[in-house]
Amino acid sequence: MSEFFAMGGYGFYVWSSMGMVLFLMLLEPIVLKVQHGRLIKYIQRQKRRQAARSNTPASASTAGQNES
Amino acid sequence: MAMNWFKYSSPSTFYPLASKMIPVFMTLAILLTLGGLYWGFFETPEVLSDQKQYYKIIYVHVASAWMAMWLYVVMVGWAVLGLIFNTRMSYIVASATAVTGAIMTALSLWTGAFWGQTSWGTWWDWDPRMTTQLILLFLYIGYIALQSAIEDTRRSDRASAVLAIVGLAIVPVIYYSINCPNPNECASLHQESSLKRIESNILIAMMVTVAGFWMYCFAVILMRVRNIILQRESHTQWVERLEVSK
Repeated sequence: MSEFFAMGGYGFYVWSSMGMVLFLMLLEPIVLKVQHGRLIKYIQRQKRRQAARSNTPASASTAGQNES
Repeated sequence: MAMNWFKYSSPSTFYPLASKMIPVFMTLAILLTLGGLYWGFFETPEVLSDQKQYYKIIYVHVASAWMAMWLYVVMVGWAVLGLIFNTRMSYIVASATAVTGAIMTALSLWTGAFWGQTSWGTWWDWDPRMTTQLILLFLYIGYIALQSAIEDTRRSDRASAVLAIVGLAIVPVIYYSINCPNPNECASLHQESSLKRIESNILIAMMVTVAGFWMYCFAVILMRVRNIILQRESHTQWVERLEVSK
């Protein structure tokens, strides 16, 4: 097993290459997934805010204005 | 029967399609990449017993270098479609491709540096292949930077699409830097692309890994496409309905 990781003395080079590939190719989808979750939460919050606004008669007149 | 190619050119129809395709591409990516690497690491050790073990970098190096080049062509293709048909989706796909293309280019340079250090004794050389690949990375970064520098998305989409098309000139240069018709005329440290001379087991393992990288790129590009759609369309009614139904 240790022979496998040694790669005939080139383990450092082989595993540094493989390690970076693994790192970036795991990081990219994880970052996108987290970003996706945040966007969904943001949209849900925005929707709740709008719903709350349209349910309150006092603030109904300002419902047309955009908040972000 | 004429197919309506424009059906998916709208974010509201493309989004659910992307959501369906992502798990398929991701599963294929994992299976093919791991399968290819398993074949490369465990099923080929004897075929090249005289070859030094560092050649195993070839699987990820070639896969990432090819993806870097192809994704640029894919990105330009979408940018051109965007300019011709003025479809929002085309620009979104183009900009989603850029980041993955940049990552692939960076990976090819990184793995190439480690391979170069073992076989040539240097991490870097201003050889045609490496230099053009570095320019490709700068082109991707330039595209991303230009797009984020202009606030109006319609303008930034068009401007970065034009930049991408201008940068396409680098692709044949990269290709011919290692596929030189007359090797005596090209002083290159990087070896020629010599697919026909590669041992068949290694070639199979390499090609399966490349297929896995393609699937990975499709999956992450679609993931990014979904996020860009949500960012750009968060104010629209279809996005609100979409999240309600979830």
